[in-house]
Amino acid sequence: MVRLPYTTALTTLFSYGLLFAFGQLRDFFRKILDWIRKPKDLLKGYAPICLGLEDFYVRRLYLRIQDCFGRPISSSPDAWFDVVERYSNDYNKTLHRTEKTTRCLNLGSYNYLGFAAADEYCTPRVIQSLKEYSSSTCSVRVDGGTTKLHVELEELVARFVGKEAAILFGMGYVTNSALIPCLIGKGGLIISDSLNHNSIVNGARGSGATVRVFQHNTPSHLEEVLREQIAEGQPRTHRPWKKIIVIVEGIYSMEGELCKLPEIIAVCKKYKVYTYLDEAHSIGAVGQSGRGVCELLGVDPADVDIMMGTFTKSFGSCGGYIAASKEIIQYLKYSCPAHLYATSMSPPAVQQVISAIKVILGEDGSSRGAQKLARIRENSNFFRSELHKMGFEVLGDNDSPVMPIMLYNPAKIPAFSRECLRQNVAVVTVAFPATPLLLARARICISASHTREDLIKALEVISKVGDLIGVKYFPAEPPKHLNQNHNKLE
Amino acid sequence: MASELMNVTANALVWISSTLDAPTRAVFFGVPIDGHLVVEVLLVVVILFQLTRKSYKPPKKPLSEKEIDELCDDWVPEPLTPQISEEMIVEPPTLESAAGPHAIVDGKEVVNFASANYLGLIGNENITDSCVGALEKYGVGSCGPRGFYGTIDVHLDCETKIAKFLGTPDSILYSYGISTIFSVIPAFCKKGDIIVADEGVHWAVQNGLYLSRSTVVYFKHNDMKSLEATLEKVTSRSKHPEKVRRYIVAEAIYQNSGQIAPLDEIVKLKEKYLFRIILDESHSFGVLGNSGRGLAEYCGVPIEKIDIITAGMGNALATDGGFCTGSMRVVDHQRLSSSGYVFSASLPPYLASAAIAAVNYLEANSSVLSDLRANIATLLNELSNVPGLVVTSHSLSPIIFLKLKKSTGSDKTDMHLLDSIANQVLKEDSVLIVTTKRSNLDKCPLPIGLRLFVSASHSEADLLKAAASLKRVASLVLS
Repeated sequence: MVRLPYTTALTTLFSYGLLFAFGQLRDFFRKILDWIRKPKDLLKGYAPICLGLEDFYVRRLYLRIQDCFGRPISSSPDAWFDVVERYSNDYNKTLHRTEKTTRCLNLGSYNYLGFAAADEYCTPRVIQSLKEYSSSTCSVRVDGGTTKLHVELEELVARFVGKEAAILFGMGYVTNSALIPCLIGKGGLIISDSLNHNSIVNGARGSGATVRVFQHNTPSHLEEVLREQIAEGQPRTHRPWKKIIVIVEGIYSMEGELCKLPEIIAVCKKYKVYTYLDEAHSIGAVGQSGRGVCELLGVDPADVDIMMGTFTKSFGSCGGYIAASKEIIQYLKYSCPAHLYATSMSPPAVQQVISAIKVILGEDGSSRGAQKLARIRENSNFFRSELHKMGFEVLGDNDSPVMPIMLYNPAKIPAFSRECLRQNVAVVTVAFPATPLLLARARICISASHTREDLIKALEVISKVGDLIGVKYFPAEPPKHLNQNHNKLE
Repeated sequence: MASELMNVTANALVWISSTLDAPTRAVFFGVPIDGHLVVEVLLVVVILFQLTRKSYKPPKKPLSEKEIDELCDDWVPEPLTPQISEEMIVEPPTLESAAGPHAIVDGKEVVNFASANYLGLIGNENITDSCVGALEKYGVGSCGPRGFYGTIDVHLDCETKIAKFLGTPDSILYSYGISTIFSVIPAFCKKGDIIVADEGVHWAVQNGLYLSRSTVVYFKHNDMKSLEATLEKVTSRSKHPEKVRRYIVAEAIYQNSGQIAPLDEIVKLKEKYLFRIILDESHSFGVLGNSGRGLAEYCGVPIEKIDIITAGMGNALATDGGFCTGSMRVVDHQRLSSSGYVFSASLPPYLASAAIAAVNYLEANSSVLSDLRANIATLLNELSNVPGLVVTSHSLSPIIFLKLKKSTGSDKTDMHLLDSIANQVLKEDSVLIVTTKRSNLDKCPLPIGLRLFVSASHSEADLLKAAASLKRVASLVLS
């Protein structure tokens, strides 16, 4: 977890306080102007879409730095891409596209294994399947939307992940939010990590079960919460819980941390609770052969009851899957609303995942998969160690391709983002509400398609910008390794 | 002895009465103190003392570690999923070709009435070409949410195209059809708001209503009198119209029954009672109206009067994803507060370019709509006398809904009969039709039935074949 030094906390709070005060002042003047000018109100008698302070953050804080988010691109999200330039005539309230683009280094897209752009093995097969099956089946899976490709992919995913059977969905978000209500309902208990993704939170709320939260990645607190809850039973009636599910993620996307899976599984087995692992960011990106956190941390996939993942990140496609035992998958195919009511996954996207998994497993006859996996591991570890040496505060564990750099102060967010863009490096900055208010950060996602030169250029730019803005919160190590190389040449 | 006792008692009584009746002995702060005053003051003091005593509660004992251990050992959880029964093992037909009007299932060619391919755009040349171009340029996935470099120029072009087609200021794209409506509703409706919804809305709408935590009141399916009564009841109860947002949620063509909502009456009611309307046009976009612009064009209602329109593009437009459109305020609000937009990866670029190509095709060839309408009319005509089944969908709805004339009384046996009809029709006559599937999480009270999705590219022979087959099998199974 992040430890916030006191001076930084004070300055960040002061900045937010200043922004809040200015926002309130502008709201006050806006009210006076509206009262004077009395604009014609077409919606008289209707309550406004946002009342009072509901959208204060959006209007007065977010709109000032709107140009740092939602930047459109006009090429594939590969290691280098074209960012479209935008301009604004009214202080960032509305942004307009131009025809000009800048070629930038991509440090923001989830392209862990480099399948984002047209790939020599995958793309011809995808185009073939497009011509054969067309871009959509226009039907739900149970009606007429299951094609041979879907069946093949389900078997392949089950084999890849190490479970008995799998089921596909067209969108990762829907996978979580439509699945959790199927497994558990009123009278059940869901214990989820405090930093879980919004889709899990929505699924847990939509299920009607009681939800409790345990401290992020702390198995001892999980054990405490479990003991307390099992002993107490359901709230008010104190009847025993029908079932308990613990939901954790493989890699947390805002922290870059790996989950402490072996300890959590041990606790869950001891207390007979079910486990649900969301591997959205870790499947295909970590592990010796890309099989995710279970392989990396040495956990048997049979110990996790339900494994969920998405195809958007490492496989360059869209959609999600659930892998579990045959009975659970059979039951889900019968009752899960996302399977019964949602249009089935687009066939070319299915083919992309099939081809990507074949490349990773080496079944396409080449060793590109193993090379990609080795490259992403090397790249992540190299980048992270270099950033540490420069004195940045970087979160996350070794081997994880996601690395957040802490910024804290709200003024540093647009400064970092715009300065890096000026030097042709595109980074992602994240602020409230995706992260806690005081802990704004810049998040870097490394890809297997980044070369060593790309990473060195990125490091130079980030170091310069970091000096300019003042985010090197830790003392930097002197650049010994560069000098050593110089000596070697001489 | 007795007389002495009596004497003592008598003397004591005399003494007590004389003290109590004695004239005032003491004056205390100007208040004469009589004897009985002392007793009364003592009584009050005793009462106050008792009131301040705490009532008796048995002491609380927290559970010891050993007791918690025992409870944890004793606890037995239910299995994660219930026992798999016969009916749960259902294998859908596997397609081996594109889901056009003729598809290949298990090696045989079948006439496909299971795909919502209303305009016949599956396999269309223009769409395939634009997809191939997009795949070669952008790859398959967009690798990021819209806020973090997942916005590709085709997304922005698609949004502008749809907005221009419908005549609204702007629109917003979602990456999956079903997630559109259940992200839009919680973005606008919060706790304390009032929603009046049709009872036959599909699961995604129900999920959105549940997640929004607002007060939801249902009205009878497609019944305008019931809607008016509900609106009247709801508005008479609420006290602050300017602080509480109020919405009517309806679908243009209901997935669960094939009925069409009477939009002009709904708009009249909404203006009278000051509600906003959220309309889900998944099955009517590209189908209703002279140029396919949806229910507003068909009913002659100006598009500005409908506050929020959502639609999934997985039906008429033969791609995937969804969009939502309305005024600028409506669309801008969703860019930061709609969870399915902010926290999810964006639509794959090739599907967005397919959507643009589909809308272009529709603008250029609006004759495909009259083909669709002719097909629907033909099929309805043929299906008007199927033994044992009755058509309950609207005459212009591309979803033809047939339900049992006489229900057997239980949903399970109804489902069994309909399944056997559908299976026989597929096996013996090679026509693929489907029954309505209901998840056990779905709370829709409408009856189940058989559904046929009519497409503009079905030929007359296909329609006649389907009708004949259905008549034959229905008379066999339901007699």
